[in-house]
This record gives sequence, structure tokens and C-alpha cells, in this order.
Amino acid sequence: MSTPGAHLPEHPDFLWRNPEPRKTYDVVIIGGGGHGLATAHYLAKNHGITNVAVLEKGWLAGGNMARNTTLIRSNYLWDESAAIYEHSLKLWEGLEEDLGYPILFSQRGVLNLAHTEQDVRDSVRRVEANKLNGVDAEWVSPEQVKEICPIVNISGDIRYPVQGATYQPRAGIAKHDYVAWGFARRADEAGIDLIQDCEVTGFTVDGDRVTGVRTSRGDIGAGTVALCAAGHTSVLLEMLGVRTPLQSHPLQALVSELLKPVHPTIVMSNAVHVYVSQAHKGELVMGAGVDAYNGYGQRGAFHIIERQMAAAVELFPVFARAHLLRSWAGIVDVTPDASPIVGHTPYENVFVNSGWGTGGFKATPGIGWCYAHTIAHGEPHPYVAPFALDRFVTGALVDEHGAAAVAH
Amino acid sequence: MQLIHCPWCGPREEVEFHYGGQAEVAYPDDPAALSDREWAEFVFYRDNPKGPFAERWSHATGCRKWFNAVRDTRTYEFLATYRVGDPVPAVVRRHQEVSA
Ligand SMILES: Cc1cc2nc3c(=O)[nH]c(=O)nc-3n(C[C@H](O)[C@H](O)[C@H](O)COP(=O)(O)OP(=O)(O)OC[C@H]3O[C@@H](n4cnc5c(N)ncnc54)[C@H](O)[C@@H]3O)c2cc1C
Ligand SMILES: [Zn+2]
Repeated sequence: MSTPGAHLPEHPDFLWRNPEPRKTYDVVIIGGGGHGLATAHYLAKNHGITNVAVLEKGWLAGGNMARNTTLIRSNYLWDESAAIYEHSLKLWEGLEEDLGYPILFSQRGVLNLAHTEQDVRDSVRRVEANKLNGVDAEWVSPEQVKEICPIVNISGDIRYPVQGATYQPRAGIAKHDYVAWGFARRADEAGIDLIQDCEVTGFTVDGDRVTGVRTSRGDIGAGTVALCAAGHTSVLLEMLGVRTPLQSHPLQALVSELLKPVHPTIVMSNAVHVYVSQAHKGELVMGAGVDAYNGYGQRGAFHIIERQMAAAVELFPVFARAHLLRSWAGIVDVTPDASPIVGHTPYENVFVNSGWGTGGFKATPGIGWCYAHTIAHGEPHPYVAPFALDRFVTGALVDEHGAAAVAH
Repeated sequence: MQLIHCPWCGPREEVEFHYGGQAEVAYPDDPAALSDREWAEFVFYRDNPKGPFAERWSHATGCRKWFNAVRDTRTYEFLATYRVGDPVPAVVRRHQEVSA
């Protein structure tokens, strides 16, 4: 095998301008993470809308985009979720070409382990639902798990023995920074202004319409405002008097030191709260569920990591001697049904894209595509229509806890 | 890991506690009179402030009692803990005024 990381491309030179904000734009996107940048790209590419600014309070894609564990899959339970995530996965499959930029998308497959009889029933149900939606999925036995990922402990003697797994071969990982830079470069080439160090601190309003945003770099007029602020959505909408059923939580992840290739796929377990993949350079990348309390501090508590490590070592005894290199947290926005909130707000020219919680990286191209359509037409794209804010009043929830809540 | 001050047991390690979300969300007085929107607000909507937040915690592996806390969601610092029904401590009210 080649040295891990030997095939990584060089770090690129600067890929976008750093323009001064103009007085006004047709569309102002708040938040320069993956979703904001992908939305900008597809606004230009699919709709020819380029008088657009992406405002980022920190550095480009320095929020959850820089902090996530990059798992990409589409094996969600409900039709509404399968539709948007599978749309996204298909876009991932052609994204390198579209962006003309390496993103190191590696379709190495994902195993979602089942540890109890109920897990097994739920998993088999999800496999069948996936197949009906044209998503590649199969149910595999513990022995097949071992064939796909030889370092998984399938012994019956552990606390939560592996009873089998769902397997989606087309799932994978990508290099998150490269994905952001690829979208940023394309948006910039199309003439879209990417403005860093520009925090939105308020709005200017005229009746039912927002006329612009107040920022740390002055007021900017806007024909349409599109939120892509992940964990900060409720803070922003509160300024407009709009309440959302969102809660912001720290979500932690960590990496080991660099190791030789030992882990050929992605393994996730909701029941014991850990998931693992091996990055291109060789680090084991691991995550768990959200920290219980609300928070905006971009850090979490160590006892969560301790629990997650205990689960990891039981499932992968070979990890026992691996050293932890670093850990960090992002701030994710979670909803009561573990599905996103996308579409209209009570202000006719303000759109919201939020609530992707622990799992929105995989949606990046898909939501960028559908959100751009929503902004361009003033109407939700059919793939995001089921995720409207009013579902919490109508009761038409898309309850993805089983497929989404802990795992990514 | 933080030390959290249980109003009954005193300071104990964070792992002994269980988080219960926003405090003081009262069950509706007249449930039958609520509109769908009001039900949605009661069931699904909670505050999500960046700053001091009054929330419920239970001392799950200690006295097992619920209590209220005001915690700053930016720093995670507990500004106060107090028994359910007691007024919000003055130190917290001052802090909220300062950061408002
Ligand atoms: C540890 C961790 C692991 C994860 N693992 C996965 C995974 O494996 N797979 C997966 O699919 N998803 C995963 N996620 C979730 C995923 O990262 C998010 O759902 C997704 O990144 C959210 O969209 P975004 O990229 O636009 O958010 P972000 O990158 O957070 O973008 C939002 C941006 O808005 C900016 N912003 C906020 N407020 C303002 C303001 N007032 N003015 C201007 N800018 C503002 C922020 O600085 C930020 O850059 C993970 C998240 C974390 C934290
Ligand atoms: Zn106690």
C-alpha cells in the first residue's frame, strides 16, 4: 500500500477575491459555510443569479464545515429524507467535475451496526425502505461485517454484540475544506462576493419585507435574504421576532495520530454512540452524539469523549493503543424531529435553511441546489417542500430520529 | 467536567446530572382552548439564547431531585442554581441586564 496521504493534492493558492461589500445585492446569504457557498454556486450556475453576497462572520467555512467528520450517505428512512439526501449523493458523484477541483470523494461504503433485536428490525425495515426509494442498501450478517471491515469485533461476549448491519456501498467521505474551497472558487469566478469578517448583527425592515442587513462592516441592502447560519439561525431570526423550534448544541469529534490504513470503510453505531472512518492521511476520525446541554462555545465536555472512546475500543480492540491527537466541537442546530427546516419565514423575502443538526455536510450540494431554486423562484423546491417550518403546527413531521439523531 | 451545585447536595461532578431543557415552561391552563399554533409552541418551541438561560437539571445519580439553573450558553458557566419555585437569584438578574 502507498504511504497514506501521498496522493493528497498540494494546498492551493488563494482561490477567491476579498472584496469590500457593495451597498446592495439581489441576494444576501448569511453564513459562509458549505451550505451558503453551495447555494451561491448553484444560484449562479442554475439560475444565472450573480449579484449575490455571502457574508461570513469569521473565516470562510470555519464553522461546522471545518469541524465535521464528513460522512456522506443517503440511507435515511422516510421518502422525504431519502429524496433530498439521494439527490445530494448523486451530485457528490459528479461534483469534482462540476467544480473542476479535487474534493477527494471516496465511496468506501458505510456500515450501520445493529446491536439489539429491535435494532435489527429497524435496520431491515430501513434497508427495504431504501430499496423502494432506489437507494443502494443491503442487510449484512456479523460475518459479512467482518469481511467488509476486518477490525470490527464481532464476538458475542461484548456488552452490545454486533447482530448485523445495514450497508450502503455508495456512501463515503470527502475532504471538507476542499469542498468549501471548490464551491467558493466557482462562486467567486461567477462574480459573487464572498465577504469574510462580516457579522450580521441585525436587519432593516419595512413591513413584511426585510430591506437589508446590519453588519459589523455597515448596512447592506438586500432584495432577498437567505439564512445559512447553522447553529446561529435562531439567534438571527429572533432579531426579526421569528421563533423557531431549534436548539443549538455542541457536537464533538476527534482524530487519532496518523496510522497505516486499517479501516477500509465507515462504521457507525447509534446504540453505543460512536462512528469511525479513516481519513485520507491516516487519522482515525471519530464522533459521537451531541453534548446534552445547549451551547454556543464551540467546545464540549470531556466525559462525552470518554464514553465514546470506551465504545470505540470495545468495537475495535485494535484502537486501544492509538493516541488521541486533537478534539474539537462545532455548534449544531437540532429540531424536534431530527429533520431540517427549509423554506419560507413570515417575512416574504427571507428564507431559512437550518436544523441539519449533526448531519448536514452530506446534504451540501443537494441543499445548495434546492435552496438556490427556492430563492430564485420564491417557492420551495419539491425536495425541500416537506421541510417547511409550519410542519410543527400541521403535525406533518419527518421523524428521522432512528436514521439521523446520533449518527451522521 | 464542571462542578454543579445541587441545591440539596452541594457541589457534585457534572456526570451525576441530567439535562432537562428550558425551565418554567408551564402546562397550559386551559388545554382545550389552545389553537394548533399554541400547541406547537408548547410542545416543540423552546428558547435558544446565546447568553444566560434558565434551564432544568436533575441530580440523576444523587438526590434525584429536579432544580433550576441559570447557565451562560456562551461560556457554559453556571451563574446560579436554585430550587424550583424559588425566585431567580439577584446575581443572575444583574448579569442578564448587563448582557442585554
Ligand atoms: C463534530 C461534527 C461532526 C459532524 N459530522 C458530520 C458528518 O459526518 N456528516 C454530515 O453530513 N454532517 C456532519 N456534521 C454536520 C454538518 O457539519 C452541518 O450540518 C453542516 O455543516 C451545516 O451547514 P453549513 O456547512 O452551512 O454550516 P457552517 O459551516 O456552520 O456554516 C454556518 C456559517 O454561518 C456563520 N454565521 C453564523 N452567524 C453569523 C452571522 N450573524 N453573520 C455572519 N455569519 C454567521 C458561521 O460562522 C458559519 O461559518 C457534523 C458537525 C459537527 C460539528
Ligand atoms: Zn442532589
